Amino acid sequence: MEFVSWADFFAMGGYGFYVWLSFGATFISMLGIVIDTRMKRARLFKQVRNNIERNKRMQAARSMENTL
Amino acid sequence: MWKWLHPYAKAQTSYELAGKLIPWFTVVCCISFAVGLVWGLAFAPADYQQGDSFRIIYIHVPAAILSMGAYTSMAVAAFIGLVWQIRLSDMAVAAMAPVGAVFTFIALFTGAAWGKPMWGAWWVWDARLTSELILLFLYLGVIALYNAFSDKVLAGRAAGILTLVGVINIPIIHYSVEWWNTLHQGASITKFDKPSIALSMLWPLLIMLLAFATFFGALMLMRFRNEILQRESHRPWVKALVMGGK
Repeated sequence: MEFVSWADFFAMGGYGFYVWLSFGATFISMLGIVIDTRMKRARLFKQVRNNIERNKRMQAARSMENTL
Repeated sequence: MWKWLHPYAKAQTSYELAGKLIPWFTVVCCISFAVGLVWGLAFAPADYQQGDSFRIIYIHVPAAILSMGAYTSMAVAAFIGLVWQIRLSDMAVAAMAPVGAVFTFIALFTGAAWGKPMWGAWWVWDARLTSELILLFLYLGVIALYNAFSDKVLAGRAAGILTLVGVINIPIIHYSVEWWNTLHQGASITKFDKPSIALSMLWPLLIMLLAFATFFGALMLMRFRNEILQRESHRPWVKALVMGGK
């Protein structure tokens, strides 16, 4: 262990701002692309499901008699 | 000999294979990230010249190496897609580009935050930094070009050609620190010689490299699956998959 206390650890020998800025930005960017990827997947699932429902409704409407 | 590869040209088979691989990449990624971060941030000794600011190396170097590695694998996929017209290859290109762009951004950002205390400037127009910035623009260009066409066959071809043209930038980035006088320091690990970094500092770096590589693998496969779902959304197997819960 290179540091004696938590305060010492966060200070990073005086370079705390730059070190934590780097690690923070990295964390946010990586989390961002993970969230984007998962949201895209959920959106695709919803799209396909909506399409199927829509086709079902259209087919039901077509098979009804006495409608325009 | 290569016949076992043929079934994977079918989107559904590839989709399922990717689904099986993702958990492994995720597990290795999480473990190596945890170990690498704790080791690199708290246990690796401080650099005798740069003090604790050198700890930025543990994200800067893996992100930079992977930004070039991702581009190279993207170029291989683009080549396969263009030559043999395998559309799954084009989807792989589209899946890798955003992850590579994020790595390039991380490399540039952490480089700036490292450059400020060490060189006294967030940014200098030297060869290494500029060529890495061009890499970011190449990634963004590939993403934009791929999204610009609604015909995805055409989109894949256009993005593939741009990817292959941009490959010229990869050796330029790598050798920029040798070809030109730059502020940026030379390579620490990727050279045909003994690494110029102490073992106690090198181990966490290699673990972080593994973490970034598996992160790229997992994310690339997830995005690859998204691409397949999008392109195959009218196929019965996708409908069955969506309606059958997960």
